Amino acid sequence: MPGPDKRCTEDEVVAELSSGMIIGIGGWGSRRKPMSLIRAILRSDLTDLTIVSYGGPDVGLLCRSGKARKVISGFVSLDSIPLEPHYQAARQNGTIQAAEWDEGMLLLGLQAAAWRVPFLPTRAGLGSDVMKNMADLRTVTSPYATVLPGQNDGGEFEELLAVPALELDAALVHQNAADVSGNSVWLGEDPFMDDLFVRAAQRSYVSTERILPTTELAGLGDIAHLKISRMDVTGVIEAPHGAHFTECLPDYSRDEAFQKRYAATAKSDEAWDEFRAEFLDIDEAGYQAKVKELQA
Amino acid sequence: MSDVSTPTPSSTAVTRADICAVAIAEAFRGDGERLCNPIGNLPLIGGRLAAATFEPHLALTDGFYTLMDPQSPDEVPPIALPEAERVAQRTVAHWNPYREMFGLLWQGKRHVMMGATQIDQYGNQNIAAIGDWVQPRRQLLGFRGAPGNTINHTTSYWVPNHSPRVFVPAVDVVCGIGYDRAHALGSVASRFHEVRRVVSNLAVFDFEALDAEGVPTMRLRSLHPGVTLEEVLEATGCDVVISDDLGESRGPTEQELAQINRLDPRSLRLNEVPEP
Repeated sequence: MPGPDKRCTEDEVVAELSSGMIIGIGGWGSRRKPMSLIRAILRSDLTDLTIVSYGGPDVGLLCRSGKARKVISGFVSLDSIPLEPHYQAARQNGTIQAAEWDEGMLLLGLQAAAWRVPFLPTRAGLGSDVMKNMADLRTVTSPYATVLPGQNDGGEFEELLAVPALELDAALVHQNAADVSGNSVWLGEDPFMDDLFVRAAQRSYVSTERILPTTELAGLGDIAHLKISRMDVTGVIEAPHGAHFTECLPDYSRDEAFQKRYAATAKSDEAWDEFRAEFLDIDEAGYQAKVKELQA
Repeated sequence: MSDVSTPTPSSTAVTRADICAVAIAEAFRGDGERLCNPIGNLPLIGGRLAAATFEPHLALTDGFYTLMDPQSPDEVPPIALPEAERVAQRTVAHWNPYREMFGLLWQGKRHVMMGATQIDQYGNQNIAAIGDWVQPRRQLLGFRGAPGNTINHTTSYWVPNHSPRVFVPAVDVVCGIGYDRAHALGSVASRFHEVRRVVSNLAVFDFEALDAEGVPTMRLRSLHPGVTLEEVLEATGCDVVISDDLGESRGPTEQELAQINRLDPRSLRLNEVPEP
């Protein structure tokens, strides 16, 4: 039987969010970010958010706009521009709290939440300043002895980093296609961690390039690309070019010219205000029309 | 040592950047069948050079989501290809999205060469921030994968701008962990840790010396041709042991030089390491 119809708009999603929430954002760097949802948050009065992300311009925009209070990330980068300038400024000005984890730790935190366990153990992070700077991180002692080859001393109970579950109030991800209930298809070459984000969250929202009948989903790639199930999805937003200006392969590559323009807005308050007025203080249809004009 | 004092062909102009490429390739010697994962232009040239010459069984990454198995040395793809070319020239052998890369590196069959904004005598590396991490004077890349890489598998570093600002007595933020941090964790927790080489535009370093506590510490292994010991020591802000058999970093063989030129047809390596 077909699943329920969960279609909604970006603004309807934002109405279901509240200030102070922990929000996970899918994609990776400046790749397949749910930017139309980010833009809707920027237009809202939401504030005090904790953002969990393999960060790109999503994080930079939320920091610059004062929406983010805290950012938990494996990195924040625009890929072709290695340092996200607005995140960099927020860190240097001390306007946000940061938890900077090893990249792999973030995967484990999401996986722990998705599996409903309080932590997952790893060696990644031990001995580094991740442990020193993120003072809330704890270690756990293995209940099983590690016996090294050639040793007969009963072994050692290893201490490992216990990556805490990243329990999200909401997750936002962007997919190449979905049906009205949220069964989703990622294309390109990497699913990133989107399926973990939606499982780690109380409520999950998928924006997508196109909404298709369920019967057409499996034909878009092989079945391994049907990575997100409707059971993990609260709302579906049809958002063609919704990931702009980040990359969303194979539908479109990154808009490097626009990204450069965005990055340059970190230079001064005036540059930011101008960018904001032109591209962010308008609705999504207006934004997309402006972008089309620029690309013409 | 196989990587010093081999004659350089005199007929062809060999640049400092070529010397660096060979020194980087040498860092991967002996790795056999594991993932050679250099990051940055010269590391990529060096890593692919190793695969195209003396380490043919190395697995190579396309820089994104696949591992490639070129079917002959001349099919090892050049660096910095336009996207369509990059995709066309790779022989995909394995799907390796980011989550699989974490799986691979936690398993340990990987040797990464990363950059270092700062590095110290124990091989601690900083790419996260300059100053106090809580509110840094300059925010850099963050920790990225450095903590997990260094505690799980072999790591080397590439420094194109050797100076006392890079080689420091103590790094501001420990991202990739060095031998003192590994030592403090104990032999079980640190059993997969290895910082093998630091290759700079001036010299090659290893960690085949021990400090007073028996902890591996940075050792000057070879000087690039034309570089003096004084020059290197002046540019190095941390303690460094000088190898008893300090030699000259070797130049490329003719075959290697041909591969370097093929792998870097636009000579991007000269932007990174200009001729002195």
